[in-house]
Amino acid sequence: MEAVAQKIRETAAKLLSEGKVDCVIGYAQGTVPMRDYPYFAYTPEEAQNLTWSPFCCNNLANFLIRRPKGEIGKVAIVAQGCVSRSIVGLIKENQIAREDVYILGVPSPGMVDRRKVQDRFPLKTITEVTVDGEDLVVKGKDFEERIPQKEVRRDNCYTCVQRNPVIVDEMMGEEGPSDWGGNIDAVAAPWEKLEPGERWEAFIDEVDSCIRCYACRDACPLCYCHVCFVDEAMPQWCGKTQDEADVATFHILRAFHCAGRCTDCGACESACPQGIKVRRFTSKIEKDIRELYDYSPGMDLEATPPLSVYRPNDPQEFIK
Amino acid sequence: MKSLLEYVGIEPGRLHFSWISSAEATKFQETVVEVTESVKALGPAKHMIKDIRKVA
Repeated sequence: MEAVAQKIRETAAKLLSEGKVDCVIGYAQGTVPMRDYPYFAYTPEEAQNLTWSPFCCNNLANFLIRRPKGEIGKVAIVAQGCVSRSIVGLIKENQIAREDVYILGVPSPGMVDRRKVQDRFPLKTITEVTVDGEDLVVKGKDFEERIPQKEVRRDNCYTCVQRNPVIVDEMMGEEGPSDWGGNIDAVAAPWEKLEPGERWEAFIDEVDSCIRCYACRDACPLCYCHVCFVDEAMPQWCGKTQDEADVATFHILRAFHCAGRCTDCGACESACPQGIKVRRFTSKIEKDIRELYDYSPGMDLEATPPLSVYRPNDPQEFIK
Repeated sequence: MKSLLEYVGIEPGRLHFSWISSAEATKFQETVVEVTESVKALGPAKHMIKDIRKVA
């Protein structure tokens, strides 16, 4: 892990000093444990702050878009499997140009869900978490414990199918195994198992604590509309209250806007301050797209996204 | 969309999709009858209702 971080720092410093890129987007160590944050290195000195750890939960592809035109030229970006898939998606949607991005590929170690770690130490303050091989060493005021990383990974990382980057300009370390071995079909769309009558209750129960902060939307590299449907006031598509109907509308539509595009990077779920499992919606859509169109977003630069074309054999059983 | 709405608990049968040409009067009439019957059978909607008295 540290070897990869060192390679990222060296390569970033080299790219910046040679003037090949104007900025390197990576992660830096957070001020609180397990919260490594997106970091923009503009000079070789700043590149020394870059890091790589199992706490890099943001999707950096999010920062390739929404930037004023011409403000920043070519950028380098640290990308593991899911981030590279998001980049492929953004290239396909003409949001970025392939030649403007220099991809520093990293095999994903599987990211840690900080809530799962905190849950093991109820009412205690964790002051430091370090990585030691396959384990995490969690330290607090009067305790120190080792936890195997594989027990506290994020849900989406267990069922990852693409740990290595899809497109890459330079690899930062050896490619690892391609997946974690989890079966996505077994865990995707958990409410399918419920009777139709029980689903609404489960759904509302899940989103009940939503404060409409839109962190899930802001963390998502797919949500780049200049004015999001929830921010639009004329017409107001979606009410801004925390009423059940408004919250439900937001979550259903947010998920639906990701249909055929979501790479299951889990950034939305990691960003939620309330711990809402927002992947329960996106994983359902991801599964539908896979089953109906045999398509996984972001795996191939040449493939045509199924929802952007009409094919005579498209599934249309729902139309009478 | 239909699949997602049913996934979160909107009753199957409340949401219908149809493609009807302006020349297909019979199909339009038949579809309207079918949709009306199917929705009536489910009764009044229980979800996605904003009760102004509760909100205000």
